[in-house]
Amino acid sequence: MTRSSGFSFIAPLLVLMVVAFNAPIVYMLGLAFWEKGRGFTLEHYEGLAEAPVYLRVLGNTMRIALIATLANIVIGYPLAHWMRGLGSRGRMIAIALVVLPFWVSILVRTYAWIVVLGNGGIVNRALQWSGLTDAPVSFLYNELGVTIGMANVLLPFLVLPLFAAMIRIDDRLLQAAASLGAPPRTIFWKVYFPLTLPALAAGALLVFILCLGFYVTPAILGGGRVPMISNLLDTLINQIPRWEQASAISTILLIVTLLIFAAYRRLDRKASA
Amino acid sequence: MSDIRLEGVTRRYGTFAAADQVDLSVTQGEFVTILGPSGSGKTTLLSLIAGLNRPTSGRIFIGGRDVTNATAQERNIGLVFQSYALFPHMTVLQNVLFPLGVRRIGGAEADRLARDALKLVRLDGLENRRPSQLSGGQQQRVALARAVVFKPDILLLDEPLGALDRKLREELQVELKQLQRTLGVTTLLVTHDQEEALSLSDRIMVLDKGRTQQVAAPTEAYLKPANRFVAEFLGIANFVSLPDGRQGVVRPERVRLSAGEQGKSARVVEAIYLGQMVRYHLALDGNQTVVAAVPFLGTAHAPGERVSVSWESADVWPVT
Repeated sequence: MTRSSGFSFIAPLLVLMVVAFNAPIVYMLGLAFWEKGRGFTLEHYEGLAEAPVYLRVLGNTMRIALIATLANIVIGYPLAHWMRGLGSRGRMIAIALVVLPFWVSILVRTYAWIVVLGNGGIVNRALQWSGLTDAPVSFLYNELGVTIGMANVLLPFLVLPLFAAMIRIDDRLLQAAASLGAPPRTIFWKVYFPLTLPALAAGALLVFILCLGFYVTPAILGGGRVPMISNLLDTLINQIPRWEQASAISTILLIVTLLIFAAYRRLDRKASA
Repeated sequence: MSDIRLEGVTRRYGTFAAADQVDLSVTQGEFVTILGPSGSGKTTLLSLIAGLNRPTSGRIFIGGRDVTNATAQERNIGLVFQSYALFPHMTVLQNVLFPLGVRRIGGAEADRLARDALKLVRLDGLENRRPSQLSGGQQQRVALARAVVFKPDILLLDEPLGALDRKLREELQVELKQLQRTLGVTTLLVTHDQEEALSLSDRIMVLDKGRTQQVAAPTEAYLKPANRFVAEFLGIANFVSLPDGRQGVVRPERVRLSAGEQGKSARVVEAIYLGQMVRYHLALDGNQTVVAAVPFLGTAHAPGERVSVSWESADVWPVT
């Protein structure tokens, strides 16, 4: 088969991709640079710089995403490591428990957190019963609740790739390290951890990027009081509406995301070189 | 450099004994091979000595020190796996430096030791490669360098050449033997390959179903096997009846063929040309088969031909 006839086979798919996916994105990106009747303009970006609230929301979003990602690592890494040590039956059950939330609607899970974290919820009742606090701790409608909710929803995205990388590590590597005289701590930091690092970085990056664009959980658990970028976009598009401003913010978000991704790729290449 | 002593070492998994009352004494600088079929418990035995596994009962001594309950990292053993177990995220040099770093040897001293070890296995110049960029034979050499760089008391080799092709395996056998002699390190090798065992070791320990069958020098184990299992596992064995009713074993090289009448009459069933030798499968009268290996000198008997078969009674070793 010649090269040109091969191209004719994929051409319909290419057209579909361009029309259905790429054209709307280009249109969305272009919207911010265009003013009806006046042509090219940067005024929407100037508007962003003049109103610090937008940049503050962007910074806020990054911070919450970072905290949720770190929480994911702190919980997910030991969890995946523990799962590696289980027998095949235990592993299957553990994977099922990790994946189970995927089968439940994200909306249901997020509302469930309201029940769990509310003033009369199980967590607050347990805290008060144990005497750790007198008054209920407010978990809801603040950053804490949003972070907890996002960390929970996104945990499988970190745990599954990490677990897959961990079970690929040959036990004999760890035995070899032990036989060469390495104590358990050295085996972990010099052999085990570096071998899981690419998967950890990839998983954490995925979680971080998903956090940046998260809408449902901040909207419900934040109760409108924790402004994150996707909620801001929602306001700009559906309520005010100022599509050009929304487009400019989306462009900045896209660039930030691409920069993070590029940094990761560079790190990854350096690690595997 | 140390000696190894096993006293009644047993490892049970439920009712199954992977190692059953094994005694062994390896003197300083000696090269001993544990030989057995798969499932004979030879790798279990090695992992018990390495400290990756604990015996159910019995004691293990290295250099006179009781290490039965010592962890792997306390034993100062160089261990080479069949799968090499090189750290994939480190370069060749970093792999060899690893055991030195663990022992707090660093800087120029560590660098010199590591480069010396790599030179010893003829890998100088490849220090900065990753294991994935090396051939199987080269990876094996890195594993070897890593296992000897810290001057271990003993060297344990688990089927170190098993994953290599035949020619490379023979080359590395010679190198391994030379390396062991240069370092003078007490070495224990595990293999199922009887040729490897015979060519490398000072002594062989034949293992079956977790039990010692024989511990002897290669020639002795081959010519004077302790029992039927050893006779059959080490090369080809012809079993013949002795005048006193016992069974004896004759090795194929000791069987003579002639055209005359001075032996038993036999028919050539198969003639297998092996280069320097021809191996004949012969049918004696009365359904007995005998294998003979004779030097190939330009001509060979064809299948169907009748020949005369004989052997010296001194070449028959009685087995139970």
